[in-house]
Amino acid sequence: MVQPLDYLKETPSQTAGPYVHIGCTPNFSGIEGVFDTDLGASMKTGPVKGQEITVRGTVFDGTGTPLRDAMIEIWQADADGLFPSANETRGTADPNFTGWGRSAGDMATGEFVFDTVKPGRVPFHDGRLQAPHATFWIVARGINIGLHTRMYFADEEAANAEDPILTRIEHQNRVPTLLAKSEGADVYRFDIHLQGPHETIFFDI
Amino acid sequence: MTPKPPGGFIARDWSQHPPALTPPYKTSVKRSPSNALLSFPTSMGEETSPIFGHAMLGDLDNDLIHNFAAPGESAIGPRIIVYGRVTDETGRGVPGALVEFWQANAGGRYRHKKEGYIAPLDPNFGGCGRLITDENGGYEFRTVQPGPYPWPNGMNDWRPAHIHFSVIGHAFAQRLITQMYFEGDPLISRCPIVATIGSQEAIGRLVAPLDMARTIPMDARAYKFDIVLRGRRQSVFENRPEGM
Ligand SMILES: [Fe+3]
Repeated sequence: MVQPLDYLKETPSQTAGPYVHIGCTPNFSGIEGVFDTDLGASMKTGPVKGQEITVRGTVFDGTGTPLRDAMIEIWQADADGLFPSANETRGTADPNFTGWGRSAGDMATGEFVFDTVKPGRVPFHDGRLQAPHATFWIVARGINIGLHTRMYFADEEAANAEDPILTRIEHQNRVPTLLAKSEGADVYRFDIHLQGPHETIFFDI
Repeated sequence: MTPKPPGGFIARDWSQHPPALTPPYKTSVKRSPSNALLSFPTSMGEETSPIFGHAMLGDLDNDLIHNFAAPGESAIGPRIIVYGRVTDETGRGVPGALVEFWQANAGGRYRHKKEGYIAPLDPNFGGCGRLITDENGGYEFRTVQPGPYPWPNGMNDWRPAHIHFSVIGHAFAQRLITQMYFEGDPLISRCPIVATIGSQEAIGRLVAPLDMARTIPMDARAYKFDIVLRGRRQSVFENRPEGM
C-alpha cells in the first residue's frame, strides 16, 4: 500500500440540453422579471479603448445545419492585452470593458453577434507574444462537454505567423478554421463547424 | 529560492467526462467533433475569468419557489434546499464563483417556447436562479423538486429528475456545465444522457444525497451537491521564465 494522493476528481460534464437559455439568458428565452438583464449581453459599460469591432458567426453541425439552441461565450483581453479579471497581475484592464460576452444566437437563424474590441497581444506561458485572439466556448444539446476554441484574425498575418499555438498545429490546412475574416470595416465573421470537412479546431484546455 | 507564481491548470482528466460522440444520445452524433483536441499549456486567457459581484444579485435570485411567483404565492411542488461547496481538485474552496441553475417544474415541464410536454406550466414557477459562492466556496438555494420528463431520443426515454448547473470559477479553464440528480431515482440508470459518462463512480458524483440533518422541519428537505472544478498546479519549483 502507499499513501493516497488527496486530489478530488473534477465533476463530470453533462450536456447543457435544449433549455440552457432558461438558466443563462432567461430574458432572451421569455422568462422576464427574474433577472434585470441577461449576463454577458453587453461587453462594454462605457467608452472603451481600442478598435471596436463586431463579430458575427454561426455554429454548424456535421450536416451543415445551423444550431439554433446553442449558447456561445467569448472571453478575451482588452485592447492592451490585459484581462478584466481578479487574476490579472500585469496591470489594470480597461474598466469599461468586461472581456466576457454570452450569446444565445438569433432565434430563427442561430447567428451570434458580439460587439467587442480587437484584443491586444497576450504573452504565452513561456513569454512569447501570442497573436490577438479570443477564447470561444460552445455548449448546446448534443454537446456532452463544452467546446473550447479560439478566434484569431485573418488580417493579423504577421502576428499569426509567430503565434506559439497556430505555428505548432500539425495540420496547417486546418488553421483557417480559427481565423475570423473581415466583412467590411470593423466587422468580422467567425463560423464554427462542429464536424465535417471544415471542422473547427477545438482545444483541450 | 523565491516562490514563483502559481502554475497552469492540472491537465484535464478526460476519463471523468463523457466523450463527444455517444450514439445512444442521438443528438451527439452530428454535433461531436471527430478530430483530436489540440492540447497546449494554459496561459492568461485560460487562467483568468470575468468578475461577478454580489451587487448584481437580487434578493430572490436563489429562491426559485418565489422568484417568479406572484406576490404572496409560491411554486407548486416538494420544497427542497440544494446546498454544497464549489472546490477545485486540490480541495480548496472557490469563493466568488457564479453558479447558475435551471430546471423543469414539479411536473417535469420547462417554461420554454419549444417545450412540448403535456404536463402543465406552473404560473408561479420560472425555473432559473443564480448565486455567487461565499468565502469558503459554499452555496445554498431553494427550489421545488423537478419532475422527470420524457424526451425524443429512443421510443420511450425519460430524463431522471435533475437540475442543470453552470459554473464560472476563477479561470476559464474551469468552465463547467453539468446536471445534478437525486438519490434513489430509478431513472438515473436508464438515462442515455447520464450513460454518456462511462464510469459508475463518476456518475455517482452527480447524484445528490438527501441530508436530513440540513432539512428545515415542516418546510423543506435538503440535498447536498458538491462541485469540483479544475485545480491549479503548485509550482514553487516549476521551471518558468522570470518575470512571468
Ligand atoms: Fe433538463
